[in-house]
Amino acid sequence: MSVGPFVDVDAGPSRARPAAGPSVAFHHHRGAWPPPRVEAWRPEDGREEKNVAIEVRGLSKKYGSFQAVNDVSFEVESGKLVALLGPSGSGKSTILRTIAGLESADSGSVMLTGEDATDLPVQQRGVGFVFQHYALFRHMTIRDNIGFGLKIRGVPRAEARRRVDELLDLIQLGGYANRYPSQLSGGQRQRVALARALAPRPKVLLLDEPFGALDAKVRDELRTWLRRLHDEVHVTSLFVTHDQREAFEVSDQIVVLAEGRVRQIGPPQTLYEQPADPFVAGFLGAINVLPLRSLKAGSVGGGPEEWLDMPPAEHAEAYVRPHDLDVFAARDGKPYWPARVERITPLGGVVRLDLRIAPEHPLYIEVPRDRSNGVGFATGDEVYVCPRHINIYDRVRGSFDPVDVHRAIGLSLESGAGI
Amino acid sequence: MPPDLEPEPTAAPLAFELPLKGREEASGWGRRLLIAAVLAWFAILILVPGAALVRQAFAKGWQPLAAALIDPEVRRVFALSLGLAAVATAVNTVFGIAMALVLVRQRFFGRTLIDGVVDLPFAVSPIVAGLMLIVLYGPESPIGGWLDARGIQVIYALPGMVLATTFVTVPFVVRELAPILRELGEEYEQAAHTLGAGRWRTFWSVTLPSIRWGVAYGVTLTVGRCLGEFGAVLVVSGNVIGQTQTATLYIADGVESFHPEGAYAASLVLAAASFVLLVGMDALRHRLEGAREVTS
Repeated sequence: MSVGPFVDVDAGPSRARPAAGPSVAFHHHRGAWPPPRVEAWRPEDGREEKNVAIEVRGLSKKYGSFQAVNDVSFEVESGKLVALLGPSGSGKSTILRTIAGLESADSGSVMLTGEDATDLPVQQRGVGFVFQHYALFRHMTIRDNIGFGLKIRGVPRAEARRRVDELLDLIQLGGYANRYPSQLSGGQRQRVALARALAPRPKVLLLDEPFGALDAKVRDELRTWLRRLHDEVHVTSLFVTHDQREAFEVSDQIVVLAEGRVRQIGPPQTLYEQPADPFVAGFLGAINVLPLRSLKAGSVGGGPEEWLDMPPAEHAEAYVRPHDLDVFAARDGKPYWPARVERITPLGGVVRLDLRIAPEHPLYIEVPRDRSNGVGFATGDEVYVCPRHINIYDRVRGSFDPVDVHRAIGLSLESGAGI
Repeated sequence: MPPDLEPEPTAAPLAFELPLKGREEASGWGRRLLIAAVLAWFAILILVPGAALVRQAFAKGWQPLAAALIDPEVRRVFALSLGLAAVATAVNTVFGIAMALVLVRQRFFGRTLIDGVVDLPFAVSPIVAGLMLIVLYGPESPIGGWLDARGIQVIYALPGMVLATTFVTVPFVVRELAPILRELGEEYEQAAHTLGAGRWRTFWSVTLPSIRWGVAYGVTLTVGRCLGEFGAVLVVSGNVIGQTQTATLYIADGVESFHPEGAYAASLVLAAASFVLLVGMDALRHRLEGAREVTS
């Protein structure tokens, strides 16, 4: 069974690092930005190795009887771009708004660059906030919008003007200073919103579903652009998204949330490869859920009961990524699930095979086009599906353990298990 | 397209064109009929009576009209009407904005009740509204008696007229602003907060500019209604000629008794003032908004 859209994480690092060409525009303005905090590479006494910009401790919030946020703790390292990822209703926006001070928590604390900000009003927290629907001031020009925070802080006019010009160049909207927000496209507006938030040099930048209101193509462009911008500007950024692909492409770290709780924290690739629980496994990328009991023993290595520490219980399930499955027309000695091909869908570079191993157990895999050409499957064929890497979820014990099938078989063979 | 797939190139388009043409014409006629009906309705209700008034006012030429308007009594009643309108509009604008903000943004016990009651002055007959004030502040009432003992006369005096005019025009600004504020949402203000702006600063530089056209329309309607107010003011003012007579009361008097020329002249001025107010507001908005579109 597949959960969530498929993400092609194996296709190389999709993170957009500044390429030689397009990033040139940023380099002109590099000097204008505050240098990365000196303490970051000169720890005072060795105790504080990393510099924490945002620290959330034991945050809880209830709306009536609905527990929106439930004892959430995490920290964001200085200069990092971190995603709060979760389905709708997971409390991610509430957490972000609490950090900004736009909402107050029932309990817990928020530290911003080492200072307790829990009871500080929004105005004094020094955060930049980007809203999903831009929230640009419609009656002000782009210049006045970006300069608003500077004006409030009483920055001298000439200096504010210089700063706004700098930011206009940074967001590549130099010629739009005297236009009004209504004369800009969605993507341009969101860039202006970002510049407006950055203008007063906030301690941290918070973005609430920043690309949610944009159409797919603009969203992709802006995502890449944001990543490049962050690599230039290095302002600690925390952004909320429900789109796991967005979190993968943009962030250094992902905090996965569900039902108001933190499920797992880590770099995108780690979360994908070593999910802590079935939810994270299913939410980050596609996964097949298959019954472990029906995995047939091959001539090599036998069945899972032989190479697992604990024999698989009736309620144990195997979680397998589509690319961790091999499909063969004939048995080759490894453990396998017998399956029938239901549908073959060419998707450009890969071919998607929809299979079924039992009436209630559909699965799908994707194989490179050249490989499937050689095999030449047809709908209705009986095939053998062999896992390379699985996670075993035991419903009763609640455990979720990864198993490298090849390695496990090898070890069990070495220790003298029968063939 | 391969050439063998195009038989009879003229037959197909014709078959399509005929029914379409017929339908278009029918809908065209329907549209014209609708426009004509609206124009006729507009003429019967507004244009013709307006023209009749103008004709009557100019019946004896310019001189009587000018003379009637120069009459110090006429100038005095207009001054009173304008003064009442100014005070009532100022009060209702400030409180209307505050009330709309509270009703839209705050959640508190009794909010729905107040939301409904705001329209009461509009729904209740102005005469009834005036009567309420007399019952409350009249010389026989406890409050009225208490105030009277301290030399403050409310009823049959200016304070009562201000109260009556203000009461009757409460809903306009609130009703104009509430939907605008609701549609606007709080994100703009929150954005200003995150940029360091306090509540007061946010109100002046973000909230108020965002709702300024709503405020302008609310004010226009309030002023128009204040100038035209008759019933409530009639009850509380006592219509003391030379003291508490407003323009509308003067017109009513004139029609009933001795100087109809003055009544026509005053009516013409009132109608013209309302017209200029509404059209002027619209024109101003178009000019300002248009200017913004051009700026680039």
